[in-house]
Amino acid sequence: MAELDTRIDFYPTNEHQGLKYRRGRVLPFGATLVPNGVNFSIFSSAATSCTLVLFKKNAAVPFAEIPLPDEFRVGNVYAIIVFGLDYENIEYGYKMDGPYDPKNGYRFNKNIILSDPYAKAIGGRDVWRDVANLDRLYPFRSRLVFDDFDWEEDNPLETPMEDLIIYEIHVRGFTAHQSSGVRHRGTFAAIREKIPYLRDLGINGIELMPIYEFDEYEHSRENPETAELLVNYWGYSTLDFFAPKAGYAATGKYGMAVDELKTLIKELHRNGIEVILDVVFNHTAEGDHRGPTISFKGVDNKTYYMLTPDGYYFNFSGTGNTLNCNHPVVRSMVLDCLRYWASEYHIDGFRFDLASILGRAQDGSPLNNPPLLESLAHDPILAKCKLIAEAWDAGGLYQVGEFPAYGRWAEWNGKYRDAVRKFLKGDRNTVGQLSQCMQGSPEMYLQRGTTAGINFITCHDGFTLYDLFAYNSKHNEANGENNQDGNNENYSWNCGCEGETDDAEVNFLRHRQIKNALAILMLSQGVPMILMGDEMGRTQYGNNNTYCHDNELNWLNWELIEKNADIFAFARYIINFRNQHPILRNKEHYRNSDYKNSGYADITYHGTKAWYADWSEINTVFAFMLDGNHAKNGFVKDDTIYVAINMYWDALNFELPQLSKNRKWHVAINTAMPHPETFYHNNNEPVLNNQNNFIVGARSVIVLIGK
Amino acid sequence: MSFLVKTEIFEKYTQLILEGALDSATAPQFSEEVRKIIPQKPQVLVLNVEKLDFMSSAGLRVLIFAKQKLGTTAMLFLVKPQEQLVETLKMTGLIFSVNIVDTYSE
Repeated sequence: MAELDTRIDFYPTNEHQGLKYRRGRVLPFGATLVPNGVNFSIFSSAATSCTLVLFKKNAAVPFAEIPLPDEFRVGNVYAIIVFGLDYENIEYGYKMDGPYDPKNGYRFNKNIILSDPYAKAIGGRDVWRDVANLDRLYPFRSRLVFDDFDWEEDNPLETPMEDLIIYEIHVRGFTAHQSSGVRHRGTFAAIREKIPYLRDLGINGIELMPIYEFDEYEHSRENPETAELLVNYWGYSTLDFFAPKAGYAATGKYGMAVDELKTLIKELHRNGIEVILDVVFNHTAEGDHRGPTISFKGVDNKTYYMLTPDGYYFNFSGTGNTLNCNHPVVRSMVLDCLRYWASEYHIDGFRFDLASILGRAQDGSPLNNPPLLESLAHDPILAKCKLIAEAWDAGGLYQVGEFPAYGRWAEWNGKYRDAVRKFLKGDRNTVGQLSQCMQGSPEMYLQRGTTAGINFITCHDGFTLYDLFAYNSKHNEANGENNQDGNNENYSWNCGCEGETDDAEVNFLRHRQIKNALAILMLSQGVPMILMGDEMGRTQYGNNNTYCHDNELNWLNWELIEKNADIFAFARYIINFRNQHPILRNKEHYRNSDYKNSGYADITYHGTKAWYADWSEINTVFAFMLDGNHAKNGFVKDDTIYVAINMYWDALNFELPQLSKNRKWHVAINTAMPHPETFYHNNNEPVLNNQNNFIVGARSVIVLIGK
Repeated sequence: MSFLVKTEIFEKYTQLILEGALDSATAPQFSEEVRKIIPQKPQVLVLNVEKLDFMSSAGLRVLIFAKQKLGTTAMLFLVKPQEQLVETLKMTGLIFSVNIVDTYSE
């Protein structure tokens, strides 16, 4: 401190309403604590004036408004340093004046107080579903944060992508249920208490559904049948891209969400678990011309949004507006944002919602060479971050297999999801596709390697894994939209009965199908992702679009671990099986050849007859063998593994390929067997008495280890 | 909110008694007291926080600052923290850096 007061910018040059200030520095954008004061910087391409508005925390009216002198402007950026502010107890915003000419994209209104697009914290909803308070002046307010944090030795883990096993979590839903047994349900702090569970399960990456500040009351309405309040539960509607949701923090009410989240990330890293954020750059919470003006619309509407020629909002997101991602200024903002999360929060990766929007030009047309996607792929700070695209949007683009990848972007492999679901329900003409899927989809990703695809059978959109085998069609009546919302193409099969049943046979089949699905997923090349709760048979009672439910429909019920003990034991086993067998985690695709001269090709295909795969239309069985000498593309040795999948309605005899060198087949997995004989742990796998044949039960999967 | 800090130096440890609310307005006061005792290199720092009603992010940072300045061999004790403080320490992860006790004497 002694040296700091010899700095020129330690001292004010101006005073207004009792507050001292001076010209600020244009970078970084947003509000930054500097010696003795706070530096505020904001850009707008068309504002004619800018006023900084200051509130005491939660006060009804501001205590000061400082018009930024034009001399403080550099180009389109206004910057000011204000001294003597009580960092923890103020809130700030801006009033911007400029043209109001909507047809040409200008919607300035000097009377609206705007939130800083770069605010690092937002006040106004410090507790989840607190009193709404939306009528007060400036409901969502920019706040300051302490950006220092003791990370100790922590760094992003840089886990090789091929070794990642991702678990998709909704922060609140993960522990909101009473059965979670945690101290502060539905929060970041609560996830910390569940770290031992996650470690034990075997996953090494969690993907957090949106944690940027959002308004849970947005579009809230009463369910006409139950009168329950339906809310914006999932959070795909961003208020601010730099602020973690205060209502997700147990210390949100004390203003410590930033520290709490960083502590969670530090602890996850300490336990070998990566953190991936689901980020929503395709639209904001401001809606279209009828929506509220909270920030971007009032600061620089024409820059931030894709506008039609007559000044309305393009709607490729299906939510009202579309962020103008390939505008150079917005590109910078997206880059700044991700760099901020990667460096300040040690985030390991990002999954981009409706990512195809990020490849559209300012007029909405798809770009061949989208500058934003290229920038993100090559950015030095993001260089080791996972970049995952949901490679479609709501405006007709579907780019799975073709997303502009620049050698870096991975994609949610929607084709994997559909192909595996169809195979599991016994559809015809699905074996060829299944084979491609389990090889890591070389038909799409051969040039890129297996890690270009995120394999999943379920995610937050759609049925849970349990419901996939309990419902033929969606039941979304509880959403209050007459069951018109949600996907109709679910490729699900209810195993003979729609919904909950006492029929033991149906339930046994359902549990078996869940295990089959998990087995296929974990035995596939590519990066697997499972949905929170699928490991314990979570059900949403057939609702495949639970975006608005803050209740038991979405909250993970931890008692399911006991209720569906066999599913949970199997899920834990198969995830750990994948971790133990590097042969399942290759970076490059199979070469279909014996490049290690072991006597067996890296992968060979079989069916009920060894060495002969039946690709015909009516076939519903598939088997393959992975030679242990070719693990990790030949760099390590593993056991030889044989997988046989029988989706026929009856048991079938599978002729086994012969092993060389005195090795014998041992059974590791047989989903036809009831728990606890469904699987055997490492080194306890029983040797097969019959080394030549195996009868694989109806609709089941076996895995044999050759050693 | 008001805040009081009193320093007592003993042979084998130094004690600071904190009362009231520790936030961004009052943290500099606490920080100044810590700065004064650091040159004596205390191996044990005891913070009596029985009457400390509230600690914010700013206050936490002074705790971290104290721990860092004391060095790795020194120990930091918190005597009778109120429940909210314990919770905050748990949720922000700082609880592992401090020892929580009911009393402290040589």
